[in-house]
Amino acid sequence: MKLFREDPPSKSQAVERLRLILVHDRAQVSTGLIELLRVEIINAISKYVEIDEEQMDIQLTASKTKAELVANIPVVKVRRALD
Amino acid sequence: MAGRVIVVTSGKGGVGKTTTVANIGTGLALQQKKVVMIDTDIGLRNLDVVMGMESGIIYDVVDLAEGECRSTRQSLVRNRRFKNLFLLPASQTRNKDAITPEQMREIVDELKEEFDYVLIDCPAGIERGFDNAVAAASEAIVVTIPEVPAVRDADRIIGLWLNAKEKDKEKKEPVLVLNRLRPDMVRKEEMLGVDDINHTLAIKLLGIIPEDEEIIIATNKGEPVILNQHSRAGEAFKNIVRRLEGETVPFMSFDTGIIGRFWNMLHGK
Repeated sequence: MKLFREDPPSKSQAVERLRLILVHDRAQVSTGLIELLRVEIINAISKYVEIDEEQMDIQLTASKTKAELVANIPVVKVRRALD
Repeated sequence: MAGRVIVVTSGKGGVGKTTTVANIGTGLALQQKKVVMIDTDIGLRNLDVVMGMESGIIYDVVDLAEGECRSTRQSLVRNRRFKNLFLLPASQTRNKDAITPEQMREIVDELKEEFDYVLIDCPAGIERGFDNAVAAASEAIVVTIPEVPAVRDADRIIGLWLNAKEKDKEKKEPVLVLNRLRPDMVRKEEMLGVDDINHTLAIKLLGIIPEDEEIIIATNKGEPVILNQHSRAGEAFKNIVRRLEGETVPFMSFDTGIIGRFWNMLHGK
């Protein structure tokens, strides 16, 4: 048994790396999922603001430390009240 | 009633697909089932060697597909010890393109009428060999080991199987075999544990095989480790066979307590 361990156990690193890798892999395998998400976001947001669907961009990205869903949604105008 | 057609696959090579096929096949034969194992790793056949059935191969799966044999039966090699266990070897001199998924389907459709189980040993990779192996199967056993690259590949394979399942309603949910687990390393948090992998891949667990040097010895001899009464891995494979047969068998405990450690010490683990 080591009394003084220099590094933390490697399992936590394996778990975290695996999580990020799979977020990335799965997003590419199932682009259909991102498309479904896009449609639902449009439906939800459109109740409140008018958006430019053509320019809308949604991506699932993974940095070294975390996975992020990045959405860039240009707003054309804000609705005055709920129709 | 037609037999079950199960493909054993992994994506990554060297994680124990062939060993798994050999042991499940032998285990089912021990239970008096009529079993045929098909090696679809054309060009790199190995199941024959792991089974100790390499002598006596005359025809192979490509010969059968091309109509070189008089009958399907003629292309099968019968196990010397278990008369109800057969092997359809891969060709060693051809490549994966020598056979098509349609041809595989025809071969398997014929075999499943006669056998209780058709076990298909899938090659590594996701190309033609994978398509061939998966085409005719209605069940999939995904084998992985507790290492990041292997789990990643298993995830990809599960995705591909689920895609195939969308188109082929005969296909069932895939199940997982976690191979080469080292409880000592899991205990020290230096290896992914069963829960980590189960949680990540999110498919039903069929079995956990501990790392066991008896497997190397078994492969040297050409006698699947399931025939070794003193092997933990052999015991784990027996449990898998029972689960396939519909029994509820608790997962082997890799005791982390003091008694378990003492037990492992006694058994040199």
